[in-house]
Amino acid sequence: MQKRVMEEDFRKGEGRPQLLDLIPNERDWMVKDVGVGGKCFGVSEEKKLELRLGLPGDEDWSSVKEKREEHSIESALSLGHYSKVSKTIGTNPSSVGAKRGFLDTVESKTEVFQQQQQQQPGFLQLQAKGKELSQKTNGRAEQQSLEKKACGSPAAHGSAAAPCGDGAGANNSSQTRTAPTPVVGWPPIRSFRRNLASISKPSLESQNGGPETAVKFKNGRKGLFVKINMDGIPIGRKVDLKAYDSYEKLSLVVDELFQGLLAAQRDPLTAGTQKNPEEKQAITGLLDGSGEYTLVYEDDEGDRMLVGDVPWDMFVSTAKRLRVLKSSELSASSLGAVSRKRTAT
Amino acid sequence: MREERSDMSEDEDGGGGSAKSRGGGGAPPPFSDQVLEIVLENVLQFLSSRRDRNAASLVCRSWYRAEAQTRRELFIGNCYAVSPRRATERFRRIRAVVLKGKPRFADFGLVPINWGAHFHPWVSAMAAAYPWLEKLCLKRMSVADGDLSLLAHSFPNFRELSLICCEGFSTAGLAVIAEKCRHLRVLDLIEDYLEDDEDEMVDWISRFPETTTCLESLGFDCVGGAVNFEALEALVTRSPALRRLRVNHHVSVEQLHRLMARAPQLTHLGTGSFGSAAAAAAAAIPQGGNNVVDLVSTFAASKSLVCLSGFRDMAPQYLPAIYPVCASLTSLNFSFAEISAEELIPVIRHCHSLQIFWVLDTVRDEGLQAVAATCKDLRELRVFPLDATEDSEGSVSDVGLIAISEGCRKLRSILYFCQQMTNVAVVTMSKNCQDLVVFRLCIMGRRRPDHVTGEPMDEGFGAIVMNCKKLRRLAVSGLLTDKAFAYIGKYGKLVRTLSVAFAGNTDLALMYVLEGCTKLQKLEIRDSPFGDSALPAGLHHYYNMRFLWMSSCKLSVRGCMEVAQRLPHLVVEVIRERDEDDDHEAVEKLYMYRSLAGPRNDAPPFVEIL
Repeated sequence: MQKRVMEEDFRKGEGRPQLLDLIPNERDWMVKDVGVGGKCFGVSEEKKLELRLGLPGDEDWSSVKEKREEHSIESALSLGHYSKVSKTIGTNPSSVGAKRGFLDTVESKTEVFQQQQQQQPGFLQLQAKGKELSQKTNGRAEQQSLEKKACGSPAAHGSAAAPCGDGAGANNSSQTRTAPTPVVGWPPIRSFRRNLASISKPSLESQNGGPETAVKFKNGRKGLFVKINMDGIPIGRKVDLKAYDSYEKLSLVVDELFQGLLAAQRDPLTAGTQKNPEEKQAITGLLDGSGEYTLVYEDDEGDRMLVGDVPWDMFVSTAKRLRVLKSSELSASSLGAVSRKRTAT
Repeated sequence: MREERSDMSEDEDGGGGSAKSRGGGGAPPPFSDQVLEIVLENVLQFLSSRRDRNAASLVCRSWYRAEAQTRRELFIGNCYAVSPRRATERFRRIRAVVLKGKPRFADFGLVPINWGAHFHPWVSAMAAAYPWLEKLCLKRMSVADGDLSLLAHSFPNFRELSLICCEGFSTAGLAVIAEKCRHLRVLDLIEDYLEDDEDEMVDWISRFPETTTCLESLGFDCVGGAVNFEALEALVTRSPALRRLRVNHHVSVEQLHRLMARAPQLTHLGTGSFGSAAAAAAAAIPQGGNNVVDLVSTFAASKSLVCLSGFRDMAPQYLPAIYPVCASLTSLNFSFAEISAEELIPVIRHCHSLQIFWVLDTVRDEGLQAVAATCKDLRELRVFPLDATEDSEGSVSDVGLIAISEGCRKLRSILYFCQQMTNVAVVTMSKNCQDLVVFRLCIMGRRRPDHVTGEPMDEGFGAIVMNCKKLRRLAVSGLLTDKAFAYIGKYGKLVRTLSVAFAGNTDLALMYVLEGCTKLQKLEIRDSPFGDSALPAGLHHYYNMRFLWMSSCKLSVRGCMEVAQRLPHLVVEVIRERDEDDDHEAVEKLYMYRSLAGPRNDAPPFVEIL
């Protein structure tokens, strides 16, 4: 058995038996090359678990046991950036092997430990050492024989090296998938191709996010101040669209902003004196065309639009400036009644 | 050492631009040799392929000098592989430069900001050395507005600027280019990230010279802000040589209509939004027409159109407008248009000449079947996902792939995003499309097996490397064991670029590749269980490669250090983004590349060079 294994290893022409380390922890994952004249590039000694393909009676057994115990303190199976996530999927090894391998398959520490123990016997058996087998808690003989094959013929497909070692196409179709933790940069799509669904085509920045995943959401952080000018009034104002959530409120604000100025314009002499507050005329009907003035805006394409057609959020994201025009001067040709932009449904 | 250097110059895509010095200094050669060199220069002028030039430069010192004098185009595949000074000292008469910076995984956010690839040292060196520089193409470089300004002021004869996947500049930089580069023919901005503040955007289009320009190509579809349309229209009007125009999504279909009317000679058109602006725009158009009929006739008048792209916010009713040009289109990019199969079919039915087709998976397998039925000359297909997440509804699958393979036998390049795939489909493609040079399959769910058999995707990818004898670029995905890599190592003898993610079981996989793929130049790996023991397998080859990237694998500092010590001309960068107080040994990201320049001096704090 052993010899066959060795032969198969040598088949590659390298003659360097490889160790498959089944430790389900990213940090300790390593392969220790102990072949003829090979070098060791292992990681720090204390963390790794050594599995050797060597002659029986190898004195490293004891050290192997110790390390295994140390190692069992580590728990999570995780790779990559995200923190160790413990997922409670079934302990069914076949499901583990089927899809995510190392990623999502950690249960409890003891479980892992048990699995490790079970794994190692499989390899250790190659060394014709049967001792560890008795430690198995489940009857995993068939697992081990599969692992033997897996170990012996490196080119064989099958076992994910993770705890189960299901070889031989036993990656069955148990497609029980837990929701995967999103990973940076996967799927590999450049950021301007993400979020293409036309839920909204907001401002420019989110479509051209930087190479890193963080996108500059300018509109989100600070207020959105746009200029607002009124016909006949030389001085404009600025209004923070973010501060309001409806057209009605905006309309009221416009009224507040310009009432005084309008009055001053009409009668410079009384401006500033509060003697007849009720003579100040409110600016109304800005949105429905019924008042003396109508509110329009210029959007990000430079077109002049009637305020009120699109949902408020969309308006906020596309409005670049506002104007209060005299309703009498609006003509049908300069403003369409309905925006033909694709709106969010 | 000698052989490694010569290997460096052999590769066509090799980094370093083969800018190695061979002690060519010293006393000038005797007169007769000088004459010979002049003769040689006259002959070598005709040599354009850089691979041939690299070979010629190795013959002897004389040939080395003659070649250096006659090289006009400099290709630097990795900006850190050679120093600007060294390159400019060897090659004195360069007119065109191609310069590439960051590794490709930077596009997906895996390389931290400020990692490097600064254009500045290069433009400074070139400003002094190459006053007659005409063309510049930068890819994945960090370019500042100041650099663009220096460029504009340093090269009076400057003609062509292409910026691909670059970042760091803004419309202010573009304005300087537009204004100062009076001979500008090409300004192509492709997938760049501009650093524009909404309120600070510059009207760069207005800065082009008022006179007739020699502009042949203007592409700004990646520029986020709206450009001054009147200025754009005027520019197009006074650019009779304009053949390629790619506008951004702020240009509505009505505005596009106007532009096309000014430039019926266009061959390449990026259509912007292809959606209607507000009704307000209607009044601005003299003819008052913004309906489809007018657009159709405009397209009909554009008899030279062969390439269409854009469609960023397309209103479907405008799609039929492109029918008149479909039959002559060789390239069509719908990758931003959410069109269904029903909407695609009437269009694609006419596209008999199509060679390049980019599309969203919203067209589904049926759409791809329609493509396969008509586009018999298709060379390149890219199917992008509308919803690039792992659990999204898969819209295209193995069915679409098989259909394409059966209909488009001349396919050379494919990029296919899907949620489910079968080995059978991939094997079928490997048999039907023997001309495949690029095969990039992205099964978006990590480690997903064949959805019919539950098996790993080993056999499919194995068949690709086995049957597609011309394969040079491969990207793998899905559930893959070491066996897949054994296949790749064994059969992928021409593979130059390999992308691996969430694949393999053991170090063996990486070893197979490093030992087997003799032409490998670019290897990028993420989230795969490969450790230090695999690295030595490539020691004999790393000097022949442009780079190796490994992130979220099982590497440690010790293993990487071993490589760094064994290969002194290899720069081994360890990139650490998070605080590794718990584990200083583990290597989160490894980026290593050959270099004549040694460790770079602009490395940010999170990069450690071993």
